[in-house]
Amino acid sequence: MSNELTPIDDSVAPQHAPRATDINPVSEKRAEQQVAILFGLSGVGSVLLIYSYIFVADNVFIFIPIMGNQNAQQLGIGIGMAMSLFFIGIAAIHWAKTLMPDKEVVNHRHEFRSSDEDRAELVQTVKEGVAGVQLGRRKLIKRSLGAAVGLFALPPVLLLRDLGPLPGKQLEMTNWKAGTRLLTDPGNRPILASDLEVGAVVQVLPAVDHEDERPLSDIAKDPVLLIRLRPQDFQLTPEKFAMTHEGIIAFSKICSHMGCAVALYEQQTKHLLCPCHQSTFDVTRGAKVIFGPAARPLPQLDITVDAEGYLVSRAPFNEAVGPSFWERNSQ
Amino acid sequence: MKRLSRYRRHKSAGPLLLIFALLAIGTTFSVASAAVKESQSVSARTASIAEGQQIFLKGCSSCHGLNAEGGAVAPSLIGTGAASVDFQVGTGRMPMADMSTQAMRKAPVYNEEEVAALAVYVASLAPGPAIPEESALNYERDGNSAQGGELFRNNCAMCHNFAGQGGALSQGKYAPTLMGVEPKHIYEAMVTGPQSMPVFSDKTITPAEKLSVIKWIKAAEAEPNLGGATMGRIGPVTEGLLAWVLGLGLLIGIAVWLTTRAR
Amino acid sequence: MTTTEKIVGNTANFVDERLGAAKWVKKSLNKVFPDHWSFMFGEVCMYSFVILLLSGTFLTLWFDPSQKDVIYNGAYEPLKGLKMSAAYASTLNISFEVRGGLLMRQIHHWAANIFMAAIVAHLLRVFFTGAFRKPREFNWILGILLLTLGLVEGLFGYSLPDDLLSGTGLRITSAIIQAIPVVGTYVSFFLFGGAFPGTDFIPRIFTLHILLIPGIFLAVITIHVMLVWYQKHTQFPGVGRTETNVVGHPILPVYMAKAGGFFFVVFGITAFLGAVASINPIWLYGPYTPGQISAGSQPDWYMGWLDGLVRMAPPLETHAFGHTISWNILIPAVIVPGIIFTGMALYPFIESWITGDKREHHLLDRPRNVPNRTALGVMSVTFVMISLINGGNDIIATNFDLSINQIMWFSRIGIFILPPLAFIITKRLCLSLQRADRELLLHGAESGRLLRLPHGEFVEVHTPISPEKAFLLQSHEQLTPLEIEDVDARGVRRPGAIKNKIQRRLSKAHAVSVPKVTEQELKEIENH
Repeated sequence: MSNELTPIDDSVAPQHAPRATDINPVSEKRAEQQVAILFGLSGVGSVLLIYSYIFVADNVFIFIPIMGNQNAQQLGIGIGMAMSLFFIGIAAIHWAKTLMPDKEVVNHRHEFRSSDEDRAELVQTVKEGVAGVQLGRRKLIKRSLGAAVGLFALPPVLLLRDLGPLPGKQLEMTNWKAGTRLLTDPGNRPILASDLEVGAVVQVLPAVDHEDERPLSDIAKDPVLLIRLRPQDFQLTPEKFAMTHEGIIAFSKICSHMGCAVALYEQQTKHLLCPCHQSTFDVTRGAKVIFGPAARPLPQLDITVDAEGYLVSRAPFNEAVGPSFWERNSQ
Repeated sequence: MKRLSRYRRHKSAGPLLLIFALLAIGTTFSVASAAVKESQSVSARTASIAEGQQIFLKGCSSCHGLNAEGGAVAPSLIGTGAASVDFQVGTGRMPMADMSTQAMRKAPVYNEEEVAALAVYVASLAPGPAIPEESALNYERDGNSAQGGELFRNNCAMCHNFAGQGGALSQGKYAPTLMGVEPKHIYEAMVTGPQSMPVFSDKTITPAEKLSVIKWIKAAEAEPNLGGATMGRIGPVTEGLLAWVLGLGLLIGIAVWLTTRAR
Repeated sequence: MTTTEKIVGNTANFVDERLGAAKWVKKSLNKVFPDHWSFMFGEVCMYSFVILLLSGTFLTLWFDPSQKDVIYNGAYEPLKGLKMSAAYASTLNISFEVRGGLLMRQIHHWAANIFMAAIVAHLLRVFFTGAFRKPREFNWILGILLLTLGLVEGLFGYSLPDDLLSGTGLRITSAIIQAIPVVGTYVSFFLFGGAFPGTDFIPRIFTLHILLIPGIFLAVITIHVMLVWYQKHTQFPGVGRTETNVVGHPILPVYMAKAGGFFFVVFGITAFLGAVASINPIWLYGPYTPGQISAGSQPDWYMGWLDGLVRMAPPLETHAFGHTISWNILIPAVIVPGIIFTGMALYPFIESWITGDKREHHLLDRPRNVPNRTALGVMSVTFVMISLINGGNDIIATNFDLSINQIMWFSRIGIFILPPLAFIITKRLCLSLQRADRELLLHGAESGRLLRLPHGEFVEVHTPISPEKAFLLQSHEQLTPLEIEDVDARGVRRPGAIKNKIQRRLSKAHAVSVPKVTEQELKEIENH
């Protein structure tokens, strides 16, 4: 009954005016031809796709206004595909709109709520079924069932344990130790203090055993930014000033907010800007945060020069580099 | 004339006249101002310190001081070398037209000889970075674009964006686009560290590495957009905008057409 | 009988003798779907999903989901000889050495963007027209689930090529996970197989992206669409439309042709974008290494609002007893989105609690007739827009000569001031529109023609509106506030006094609307 098709009651709403294609055979014929043309355009698209795929070389470029030089094969395959799909759709829709029956029909909705008898029958069935289980009477079964299911829940979680190692101290350790040479990145060349002019900036990585095979997990913690200022430009505490060398100061390049590389150094304002969330650090005051969501300054690396004059780290970082975490002891 | 006056009450007469007037004024102005500029050029053939000083006193000393010692609004030029002058004046950044957040690239005011003269003068004040020779700028031969790309992404992309399109710095400052910049000027910028840009010493990024960077920048500039139009090589922001405006927009248009009755 | 009829008849007989399907098929083919362009957003979602499945399967035939290091030796010169992950190298291979590969990559990514945009548009349509009310609350919750899943699926999808931009996004993701108190570092190390970035993450999200999440999507979308099928689609009010019927075109042939055609249109437009608009040019970004970053790094737009919230967060961290809690990450990335999505999921129940309306609704609301809900929706959209703008603050600053610091402060303050302002303005606008409807119904439309009466007065002639329009303008229900007595007939206090007070206040605010035109007023006008 609910899905019987009934036309709309005429008395309630005026019937829609007939379409041109319903009453005028010329319009009807024209609509048919339009649908045919549209299907034809789809065919053109398919042919364009096939032709571009097989016959157009992948290093041919053609000039399209506004878009500039475009790869002809890619464009041909793409436009061909687009046309072949699009025009099938347009043809089908145009056909439905102009030539298929226009009558609107009515379905009736039934109330979703089941009848009271059905509900009562369901309650009866469930009651009888549950009574069959008799869990209330069978306490021993109930308890042992509970224990089995409870224990059963543990293995699926446990089986995932080897997804990864425990963090341990990994987040707090880098490859910077006492006496580690600072090497240019890329290039892995050691740096003399005199190599840097005032206003210069260098990306550095620590010297390790296999410099060409640094794992990315190390590169996520090791990068350091060297900046040279004039010693009088600094406004640091004596301890932090002692960690610089002749105006050269070294900071972890990994942002203390969420770990992006902070290397946007503004030479005139002496600010470091992280491009991810715009945290701004003042180099003259030990990378103190002056704007943005970062909550801690960038960790500073204690640097000096070795016997041959190359820049080295005097000690490891005195705090964990990178973003914060629960176990981080941030003074 | 009679033929034309028949149309004087045509509905497009007004707009057409407006367009014609704008074109007339515009072309007259640009022709006139070009003519004025012609007469101002100095016909110096060789650069000399004296000529440079002349130009400096006339066009630069009001901000940079009579002896290039700097002042309240401009830094000292002593020790900045010929390279920085060639860059700043050659790209039109100096003389600075409006004292806003930073000097921007624009049409140079001085011609090549004048720039050379200024450079020689400033270089004579104190030793500083020199203008690189033509032979030292053969990036096609001496550079490696893959290595240049790595260097670029390590040292330059954080300010200038992955494709050298430019990026934002703090307080309204910006790192400009690197598209359409002469290789000489790119080299000089790396060496002298203009405005907010830091200095990239030759010891830490060697001259060969600098050429690799230039080669990569030029290759990126010359590279056509391989997947289609890009809306600026800026990233997901413009892509998302296009998805909403063009993608969803077109689909809504088709949906409206689909659900309206045919007449 | 023609040959076609014979063949169809035999096939039908074959199926019916085994499944008894004739009754069900007949019922289905006579099913009716109401027609309105705004009902097509859901279809766009569904078709985009199919396009994602098809284009995605193509890509899996060439993609290598491995983070092993390889030296690139392919067709793209500027990356030749560089060390990169196999995932990145295989994506370059798809882009430059597989014919149609770059096209398919782009179609896949555009389809994902359109999928999410259509979900948002669909959500807004359902929200503003009140289609989430009983009996469709569960379907609404499924929709919110699809939205959330879509966000995650998209994030994983664009992270698979392991390029500089998406790798940065993963760095942010790991920082968010790491910031969770107590378990953060453990969860992060388990997901990434060690310290970030590790070598396990790309293969793992590959499995999630092509198997688990699409599987969940298929199941949830099926239930979602089946519920619409079973409960029947809602419809806008109008002549001949009631709460107990559905008016529209039957499935065979009109709806099938239009809906089927629309699938090809969606696919065609997506393919067109894939052909002419570059998206995610990973060869320009370079392979991912944590030591590099590009200016203007943003996630795809549907995550961009989260990025904007993170940018504008105040720099708050608590350091106590050797531990750190990063409020500057937890609030914008975990707590606020959690509140928003939970609130969205529960909204149908919240609204029915406020209005006390427990009836079924199959006729849609015109947004102006529910000013409170409409204003709430606009307020939420404003909130998301401000976050989105802040997410792109450096792009906006570069291109419009502005300062990121100013945009940031605009967003920090605006996010608190502008949404309530948008609420107030929208509510007033809705009430104005209701008043305009009332005028239209009582006096007709202003025709712009002036008439001078014999005694000298100028009046504007009003043309009466059509009976269909008149029916529409008074078909909505008058909103009434809830009546809750504090004390019942025997003087016993009702429990939950504060809850009732809040409910009454909210209900009163929700019911603010212009009174409907009454029969009396219509009669008076007729005699005028």
